[in-house]
Amino acid sequence: MKKYSLLSILMAMASLLFTQAAVAACGEIVVGSAISLTGKYATNGIHAKNGYEYAIQKIRDAGGVMVDGKCYNFKVIYYDDESKGDRGATLAERLISQDKVQYMLGPYSSGMTKAIAPVSEKYQIPMVEAEGASRSLFNKGYRYLFAVLSTSEQYLASAVTLAAEMAESEGKSPSSVKVAIAVENDPFSLDIRAGVSEDAAKYGMKVIIDEQLPRDLSDMSSILTKVKLLKPDLLIVSGHSKGASTAVRQMEEQNIKVPMIALTHCEAADVTGNFGKAADDILCSTQWAETLSYKDPLFGSAAEYEQDFKKAFPEYKDKAVPYQIAQASAAVYVFKDAFERAGSLDKEKVRDAIAATDLMTFYGPIKFSDAGNNIAKPMVLRQIQNGEYNVVAPSKFASHKLNWPRN
Amino acid sequence: MDQILGNIGLLFEFPIVNLKIVLDGVMVGALFALAAYGLALVWGVMNVKNLAQGDFVIAGGYVSWWLVQHGFPALLGVPIAFVVMWGIGWVIYKLVISRVIERDLFTSLLATFGLAIMMAQIMNLMFGSDTQSVDLGYPTLHFFDGFIDLPIAKLIGVLMASVLAAGVIIFMKSSRMGQAIRATAQDARAARVLGIDTEKVYAFTFSLNSAICGAAGAIIVMVWVIQPFYGISYSIRAFVIVTAAGLGNLPGVIAAGLGIGALEQYGSHIFGIGYQQAVAVMLLLAVLLYRLIQQRRNRQVLK
Repeated sequence: MKKYSLLSILMAMASLLFTQAAVAACGEIVVGSAISLTGKYATNGIHAKNGYEYAIQKIRDAGGVMVDGKCYNFKVIYYDDESKGDRGATLAERLISQDKVQYMLGPYSSGMTKAIAPVSEKYQIPMVEAEGASRSLFNKGYRYLFAVLSTSEQYLASAVTLAAEMAESEGKSPSSVKVAIAVENDPFSLDIRAGVSEDAAKYGMKVIIDEQLPRDLSDMSSILTKVKLLKPDLLIVSGHSKGASTAVRQMEEQNIKVPMIALTHCEAADVTGNFGKAADDILCSTQWAETLSYKDPLFGSAAEYEQDFKKAFPEYKDKAVPYQIAQASAAVYVFKDAFERAGSLDKEKVRDAIAATDLMTFYGPIKFSDAGNNIAKPMVLRQIQNGEYNVVAPSKFASHKLNWPRN
Repeated sequence: MDQILGNIGLLFEFPIVNLKIVLDGVMVGALFALAAYGLALVWGVMNVKNLAQGDFVIAGGYVSWWLVQHGFPALLGVPIAFVVMWGIGWVIYKLVISRVIERDLFTSLLATFGLAIMMAQIMNLMFGSDTQSVDLGYPTLHFFDGFIDLPIAKLIGVLMASVLAAGVIIFMKSSRMGQAIRATAQDARAARVLGIDTEKVYAFTFSLNSAICGAAGAIIVMVWVIQPFYGISYSIRAFVIVTAAGLGNLPGVIAAGLGIGALEQYGSHIFGIGYQQAVAVMLLLAVLLYRLIQQRRNRQVLK
């Protein structure tokens, strides 16, 4: 027993030496990130950091980033922003002026990104972020901010498309679809409402219920009564995890039958665990799922990414890998791709290379608009089928068929 | 505006909806009434306006939720939450309330406000900020083509609330401690002169209030959802109800509780659910204005 452990220590040391030798052969690209390691965003902040670190390790194992014939590895300087916006802005300032970083990876949450982006913009530091979805980030004319994830107004807009497809499959016009919207009165949910109503207007659909949920929501029976009376074909609810759990519970109680119901935050509210069968056939939006058929040469397919990530970070062994991790890895991948295409470490050239990104990844296609948001990747809709989350849209990458109408 | 008119139209087009709204409102109102009764008790007996009332409710909900997570049957959560919150209430009385009881109104408001913030944050740290609920798994009864739905869990909740209210009323009327509480409320000094240990009465009253709130919270977690920061909405309703009904008027508190529940449901049906709490606060304003006018006519002073 003792012998083995001694042997394994020796081997570990040898491998450490070896990797260090390999690292020494390559140069270093220093990237800065202020991220929430404590405070209210800590859980997701640590997810994002793990996603960054996993991608960096993976790139190192694959031979590093090749810039103009020379190899480099990423090294990230992390500071803890304590989930506070002003702290994040101060730390970004410190990363840029004291640590002299030339490139940045984003923080966690739209709010933190909103606090940091003006700083990186001021110093013209390219920042690729993976965790800020609010569309208000992309109407400020930022030139150095890029986001790999879909913006929040897209979260449930694909449900509108899906409802239109279903209406057509029945030989009805999409404009006959009636939509009911109930979203919380906060920036994220209002983005969702805007996305849904824009898309509904495009199809000529009628929005028959359009209500805003209070922040301390615990009862939405009056909306559901109206749903019962007015019979919409599509019901959209977004109110973070309390909205999801209240909606699922009361729809079951009031026996609400709508052909299609789409929610956000199903996973956070654990609607399958808390309400069992009542959650069946509900659509839930997500940025990414491991069952999608996306793939790339570095990480392999989405499923392979999940398996390898769990090997590298055993603490995730017993749960699904959250999409926050996958998109953080994708952000690092965007940097690698941009450096290689730019063939230079000059930040302006790198910025232009990022702007010209057209990349297929395990996380989905990535292509930035002029505003910096990713316009190539659609939001994924998963349907709860017998307690499992199965991808049903976009249909091209889906693993399962949509159960419709819901009853 | 169109939507408001449309919503009012629905009430006439489908009259059965009115019954549903009233029923829903009465069921919510029963639980508001419990929290309000506790508030009236503490207010009346020791002149402390407890801003942490709603947080006691939520804490009781978490006690019950925690028990269910550890394999206890959900219905047992109500009596256990009553007992646990009694203990917590007693500790809080000894630590905080007993020190502010003789002080002015502002001190007790500030102390209980601080208590409310502390309790919400402690629950946030202990249980996380996600919403929680307990699913009893009972079916729902449907009447009138499914327009009226009565979840059995809600019926049980309302039943337990009424049993608790009845128990407290009988206790206050007929037990020695109940008499002592009422005597202290009428005149604390006289009660002390006549040999009542008012310190004990205060501690008992505050613990009883905390326990009532705890039981209400345990019922709420079975029927709706709780979250560490939801306490304030129950505090607000409790204040509205007590202000409307007046202190020491138990039937008034219950009636006002049920009435506010129903009016809120009407408000949220007509103006949209975002205005539900606004309806409660408008009601408070209306009651205060009415009281003011009434008292001016009687040439009394506001106490």
